[in-house]
Amino acid sequence: MILTTLPILIPLVLIIVLMFSKSSIFSEVVTIIGTFTLLAVSLIATIYVNNNGLLVAYIGGWQAPYGITLVIDHFSSILLLTTSIILVSISIYALKYFPKTSQYKRFYIFFFTLTMGINGAFITGDIFNLYVWFEVMLLSSFVLITFGNQKQQLQGGIKYLAMNLVGSLFLLAGIGLIYGKTGTLNIAKLAEIIGNYEGEIFWLNTSGILIFIAFGIKAALFPLFYWLPASYHTPNITITSLFAGILTKVGVYALVRFFTLFLAIDQEFWQNLILTIAGLTMLSGGMAASTQYDNRKILSYHIISQIGYMIMGLGIFTTLSIAGAIFFIMHNMIAKTNVFLTAGMIDKIKGTYNLKNLGGLYKSNPLMAFLFIIPAFALAGIPQLSGFFAKFILIKAGFEDGHYITTSVALFTGLLTLYSMIKIWNEAFLKKAPEHVSDNKNIKLTFKDYLPSVILGSISILMGIFASEVFDFVHHAAESLMDNATYIKSVLK
Amino acid sequence: MEILLAILIGSLYTAGVYMLLRRSILKFIIGIIFISNATNLLVFMSSGLVKGNPPFTAPDGTPLEQTADPLNQALVLTAIVIGLGVVAYTLALKYKFFELTKTDDLDELKQTEEV
Repeated sequence: MILTTLPILIPLVLIIVLMFSKSSIFSEVVTIIGTFTLLAVSLIATIYVNNNGLLVAYIGGWQAPYGITLVIDHFSSILLLTTSIILVSISIYALKYFPKTSQYKRFYIFFFTLTMGINGAFITGDIFNLYVWFEVMLLSSFVLITFGNQKQQLQGGIKYLAMNLVGSLFLLAGIGLIYGKTGTLNIAKLAEIIGNYEGEIFWLNTSGILIFIAFGIKAALFPLFYWLPASYHTPNITITSLFAGILTKVGVYALVRFFTLFLAIDQEFWQNLILTIAGLTMLSGGMAASTQYDNRKILSYHIISQIGYMIMGLGIFTTLSIAGAIFFIMHNMIAKTNVFLTAGMIDKIKGTYNLKNLGGLYKSNPLMAFLFIIPAFALAGIPQLSGFFAKFILIKAGFEDGHYITTSVALFTGLLTLYSMIKIWNEAFLKKAPEHVSDNKNIKLTFKDYLPSVILGSISILMGIFASEVFDFVHHAAESLMDNATYIKSVLK
Repeated sequence: MEILLAILIGSLYTAGVYMLLRRSILKFIIGIIFISNATNLLVFMSSGLVKGNPPFTAPDGTPLEQTADPLNQALVLTAIVIGLGVVAYTLALKYKFFELTKTDDLDELKQTEEV
């Protein structure tokens, strides 16, 4: 099925086209057309999967479980769609915010290699192939994070690289051991083997832990997250927003995929481990965020605390909680990217990210204040925006299943989030501009500067208004994750 | 043979972790190379070793008994190539960083905190 391979093929073609691009205008046009095509493709794939069931493609004609299989199920289609919405807005944002240096054209090439890696990781049905896509994603992100070649970026790059390299080696070791024990790499076949196995399967726990650590590093879970706040604030804001929105969530995607489809063997052990880590992740991220004064750093620590919610959904492990986690991933990808975009706008006008040197933006630029308050309130979970429903589902699922401690931590972290958002609001927008900082930059933002944030903001609002429709949609995805029989049957015909 | 290789993998991991924890960036990269080679060997070993039976079929197409598993070898090839690319990138990054700062000390990476 050609539709299944398109999310990988389109970026690949675009990379080749962009390599031969002579002018930056050509690159810009190609990128925008490309991201809109990806959006259309993922929309079609989502509708198709919703109506007709899973999209499966066997690469090279080798039937599963022997060849590499590409599978788009409900969960991957939702993530593909959300990712492509973010890509569209980032491609518009880059026009105005990425410095027009000699590296400008190359940015678009690596933008699409990153896209290819992400989309590949979402749709592959083979664990070794997943590792390869993670590497594609990782190498492009290494290049992107060091763009600019200043001391800061290179240092941030080294910090980012160190932890992530170790993570991918863990992943490779885990996958190798799984292959040694089961003799297959196909996700559906693995799920079948493990589902039909009689007796204790503790022998899979070694690989399980290796893989959990690997994805934990990628997703920035509690004891493994230090690379994220150390490196996310160093590159250009376009790249930071792109990473913040998507990269860690690919780790979460892989965790959910692995631990629902086949690794959740010793349920009690994994559930307790994941729930504990989720609670600590939320709390440590939220608390660390409240001590920071750099806008990007607050938001970076926030990514971590929000990852905790998604993992909490996985840890509770009921259909409702998985649905909540998927809802939360969707909401968070969009709102998180959006707050970073607004941070970039503030920097463009004021030339700084430091909250102490900011102020008075509400008076001078009410539209930007409005654009900030939508994703900020969505993240904090104010009713009628997307975040409220995401948190509501998760917390309801947590209390229903009796996980009172982690759920209370989640409620408390909501307050910390609100505190940080109000802090940014007070410092950057409400308080008077400090006198010692001269506001010499006379930059007026145009419609094009605002457009990406307007797109993402309106999606946050729409997700809140049509919450019940979105919930039906994600609930469907969660059902198909919890009951892996359909997945196995569609792949291993 | 398997025991020997297992010990080799273990010592490579040990050496790798030791090198990772050093302060020099170059030694850090050597540590990455050690660990990635140990991981490659681990993947290669994971389905056991078979001596002298390459994964070929008989002329009429029936599979021979007890051949080596070809998939592991394919996986290792892929992993080696990826590892090579990653190490090349890391060395380039280290070179660029050294050119700019004239330092090889990981403890000097503090500018990112002074934004």
